[in-house]
Amino acid sequence: MSFAAFLGRRAAHSIFVLLGLSILIFIIARIMPGDPARMAVGARAPQWVVDNLREQMHLTEPLYMQYVYWLRDALRGDFGISLVTRRPVAADIKEFFPATLELALFAGIINGAGGIMLGAISAWQKDRWVDNVVRVISYLGVVTPSFVFAILFLLLFGMTLNWAPTMGRLSQEITRPATVTGLLTIDSLLARNPAAFFDSIWHLILPAVALALGGMSQEARITRSTMADNLSKDYIASARALGIPGSVIMRSFLLKPSLIPTVSILGLDFAATLGNAFLVELIFVWPGMSRYGINAMLRKDLNAISAVILVLGVVFILTNIAVDIIVARLDPRIQLGGGRSE
Amino acid sequence: MVSARFLASAPRTENLRRSWYKFSRNRLSIVGLCTVLLVTFLAVFAPLVAPYPQHASAFVDFANASRAPCPSYPFGTDVVGRDIMSRIFFGFRFSLVMGVVVLSLVVPPGVILGLVAGYYQGTWLDTVIMRTTDIFLAVPPLVLALAICSVLTPNLFNAMLAVSLMWWPWYCRLVYGLASTLRSEFFVVSAELIGASKFHILFREILSNCVSPIFTKISLDMGWVILIGASLSFVGLGAQPPTPDLGTMVADGSKYLPDQWWIAVFPALAIVLVVLGFNLLGDGLRDMLGAEEV
Repeated sequence: MSFAAFLGRRAAHSIFVLLGLSILIFIIARIMPGDPARMAVGARAPQWVVDNLREQMHLTEPLYMQYVYWLRDALRGDFGISLVTRRPVAADIKEFFPATLELALFAGIINGAGGIMLGAISAWQKDRWVDNVVRVISYLGVVTPSFVFAILFLLLFGMTLNWAPTMGRLSQEITRPATVTGLLTIDSLLARNPAAFFDSIWHLILPAVALALGGMSQEARITRSTMADNLSKDYIASARALGIPGSVIMRSFLLKPSLIPTVSILGLDFAATLGNAFLVELIFVWPGMSRYGINAMLRKDLNAISAVILVLGVVFILTNIAVDIIVARLDPRIQLGGGRSE
Repeated sequence: MVSARFLASAPRTENLRRSWYKFSRNRLSIVGLCTVLLVTFLAVFAPLVAPYPQHASAFVDFANASRAPCPSYPFGTDVVGRDIMSRIFFGFRFSLVMGVVVLSLVVPPGVILGLVAGYYQGTWLDTVIMRTTDIFLAVPPLVLALAICSVLTPNLFNAMLAVSLMWWPWYCRLVYGLASTLRSEFFVVSAELIGASKFHILFREILSNCVSPIFTKISLDMGWVILIGASLSFVGLGAQPPTPDLGTMVADGSKYLPDQWWIAVFPALAIVLVVLGFNLLGDGLRDMLGAEEV
């Protein structure tokens, strides 16, 4: 199967999943007891205002037509007005999403790099004390929820030791760089503002590590087990017999084949990271989309809830496509879109 | 997957002994089992073993408010003077109920849908069922559960409902994978040849060979379901105060960091303990039952 055909099939599947997700979101938004129009204008508004709004929101039409209107608007990027911020939801998402993306990407990098490194060390030192320490730590990392990590970090490194800031993305005395991408680290680099760059990294550290540790432990465990499997294979033994130094074996023969399962899991973990960001952003007062989403949920702001979930779905699907492509590049045996040829 | 079923000729006690040997070879499995038993014991007998059972719900004792851990209050007291330790014991009750209810709602439909989709692999049934799971798995389960809780009235019952709606696809996926390989095994093909009913093939031939992975997954999932329930109530969309839910307690306590650290930290560690216990137990079961697929 050619690369283009593979991409086409993935795209078709993604569009199908997104359509399904939009139906699911629509159903969730409609199971709420009460009249959405009444919710939007408040309890004291006169009845004719509500009736007008019902007309405007297409609530008088049959349910499937309501869905069609909703989908049409969503495709245009129009998710309606947020009940909480009184601004278009699309504008809110545009403002808050980059903060969540930056946090999740940073967590993803820590997750991948840290997990692979720990796993490799653990496999290389298999059954020695280093391996045992890494295994215990990664087990604890897997079972500890990220919001518990977040609270412990906040308490220990943020409040007691004062090592890192515990709130927001940037210190007050730092001027915010001009918004280009919305990712503060990149914007401050573009603006050649090292102070803002280091300050934003400084703010990222605690929430990103709290978000990353669970996934990182998972990666470490998976990397360890695949790498330990590969280490006992004949080709490694013959490489050793030829006197090839250990560092070369690790770099050239071991790392690439051992990374395939890790990369697949990394993609799934990215979704989990975005989910956990809902709690971690709350704890670190991170002005991102997840905190926006939680506030919307607490106030039953349906337009904002729908948009946040749909954006997360799109991110998840794009990540999965990217992961499939990377895995195919890493493993020459995988034929795109088909089975393996052994 | 070769479970005790195939050793039926050996005496039953012999089987149990062998399973126990496999399970107990890893000392961590024993730790997991003991943790789960301890948590269950504390939850069931909370009114008897908790030092201050009346502190479980709305209770005020300002004379002893915000006490640091001391001999009479081992984990300290919260801002209205309730004993944290007693509340954690009662919190275990809600956690376990959450796990048990959600999994008993989720496992039967997930397993049946997975069985059907796997057995009829390649037909429209497979497509419909498995593409539906794709849709549910396209968003982190926590987020969809939060959304469902938010449009309904936030309480413990709706939290269980929301998590259940999000959890069945995982069982569907697991059983789908097993059933789609089992359907071409000789014992299934020969049952088809002698004219066994579809019901018999699905439930007696295929399902009975999926039991070990399903049980292993249930044990591992107990921890995760409890965690997601705690996350919901942490945000304020699950169990509502004064219910002594571990997530609610962490959320309340996090307002009083860093000075009254014990209010948040001990319930948080209790959540970790429960998840850890069920995970260690699940890993032990996996080794014992040989269910590598989970």
